Amino acid sequence: MTTLPTSTDKKLGLVIDLDTCVGCHACVVSCKGWNTENYGAPLSDQNAYSGAASGTFLNRVHSYEVQPADKAAQLIHFPKSCLHCEDAPCVTVCPTGASYKRVEDGIVLVNEKDCIGCGLCAWACPYGARELDAEEKVMKKCTLCVDRIYNTNLPEEDRQPACVRTCPAGARHFGDLGDPDSDVSQLVAERGGFDLMPEQGTKPVNKYLPPRPKDVEPEFDILAPYLEPIATDGKGFVGWLDKALSALPGGAK
Amino acid sequence: MHPAPSVIIFTTFSGLGFGLLFWLGIDATAPTGWVAFVFFAIAYLMAVGGLVASTFHLGHPERAIKAFSQWRSSWLSREGIAAVFTLLIMALYGAGLVFFGAQWSPLGWLGALGALATVFTTSMIYTQLKTVPRWHHWTTPALFLALSLGGGALLSGRVTVALVLLLVAAAVQIAAWYFGDTRLKASGTSLASATGLGGIGEVRAFEPPHTGTNYLLKEFVHVVGRKHATQLRLITLLLAFAVPIAILLLGVNHITALLAVVSHIAGVLCLRWLFFAQAEHVVGLYYGKR
Ligand code: SF4
Ligand code: SF4
Ligand code: SF4
Repeated sequence: MTTLPTSTDKKLGLVIDLDTCVGCHACVVSCKGWNTENYGAPLSDQNAYSGAASGTFLNRVHSYEVQPADKAAQLIHFPKSCLHCEDAPCVTVCPTGASYKRVEDGIVLVNEKDCIGCGLCAWACPYGARELDAEEKVMKKCTLCVDRIYNTNLPEEDRQPACVRTCPAGARHFGDLGDPDSDVSQLVAERGGFDLMPEQGTKPVNKYLPPRPKDVEPEFDILAPYLEPIATDGKGFVGWLDKALSALPGGAK
Repeated sequence: MHPAPSVIIFTTFSGLGFGLLFWLGIDATAPTGWVAFVFFAIAYLMAVGGLVASTFHLGHPERAIKAFSQWRSSWLSREGIAAVFTLLIMALYGAGLVFFGAQWSPLGWLGALGALATVFTTSMIYTQLKTVPRWHHWTTPALFLALSLGGGALLSGRVTVALVLLLVAAAVQIAAWYFGDTRLKASGTSLASATGLGGIGEVRAFEPPHTGTNYLLKEFVHVVGRKHATQLRLITLLLAFAVPIAILLLGVNHITALLAVVSHIAGVLCLRWLFFAQAEHVVGLYYGKR
């Protein structure tokens, strides 16, 4: 049924730390690796070895430059996968019932056997979290690694999403965002986690942690005052050198 | 949005076909026999042809039957049901007129209602999308209905009605363009809200997630041809509305009526191309595009 549950027992999702993400794309690769071999149809590539390569990914990392008014620009790496929205527009538009949101944990999934590949759910998602696989012609999206997190065949430390397990910077966290006492909820509260495009009314479960303000280097070297740069209004030898070089043809004035 | 030929053909011809079915359904003195056969054949060719074209963009058309199941939440599902219902009812009504010379009016009224419902549900598939601010507006259903009824009236030879409805449709289209051009901005969705980084400073897309293209860019970020939008809008107004209206005003015979219809159809195809090609999906913002 593509009507949404009024509430879910848990709200499993990810918390992504924009402060610590180094933009290494390890989560992109591990996500593709795990999900092409497990849940549902594989994630195909087209023209993988040509200049026109493209393929299906459930997680992609953008990079943005942010220019504050009075400080140096910042580069922010920005991983993005399905946000498992509470008010998921992708689910309600689906004509077949292939898209659904699970009552037990809030994960948004596609039952690929029912999917007709109409693409309307991808139209309805503001975040670009759904991609129609060009080979299998069914809709693919992040499963929150539903086949890992409950998988008792895996060692306990591996029962988390592949992207979270792989991230070398610890920038991705997995947990129940419906439980205010969970580690992820605490993290969101502490760091001021926010929603993407709140005005779209999707109520995303996944949260993003803002980059921390850049430190201002304190003056700590007691020798620093003695190492002041050479005065611009040079006197003596430096002054003579400055004038002499400027006087040469093409010399800086 | 990518202006796929299948959806352009679908929305144009189905709209016209169901519009014609509407007028046949409410006609107090509906044609019978051969004349009725020709009208119904045209209507079904357009309505069904359009629906068939729409299945060309499905990844798995063989499962299309499943699309009738989610009418509780999905406008696409509702559209499918409305279309099949209308086609079945109007087939019965048409059979009465063609083969028995009998007009079963209540069936016609029901079918006409179904035709309206079909066009309305089609328009709501687009209107419901908050992600495409240009479409998320009252002008979308208004335009779909006005075009369908106006085009249907033109096809069924109702001169005065067609004249009024085409004028209305032209006005609604101009309004849709006027409001549409500022809808993305007015929606409040921007790269700043998409990334949540606007509080720090000006956000600029620095590097995309991949070197090549992807499904999202192909499907949602269509910029090719947008630069010809102004010329295409004029061509649309001319073909879809001005030429047929002028012909209707000057008086119609069989040849000019055909000319009016052909011009109108060409104009609506153009209009629908613009409808898709000019629609900005908010996901483009993540790529620094629109
Ligand atoms: S991020 Fe997109 S695909 Fe995921 S639940 Fe939200 S709307 Fe649906
Ligand atoms: S592409 Fe598949 S999952 Fe998405 S709306 Fe269509 S049928 Fe549903
Ligand atoms: S949770 Fe799993 S499917 Fe989702 S982005 Fe991470 S690795 Fe990919």
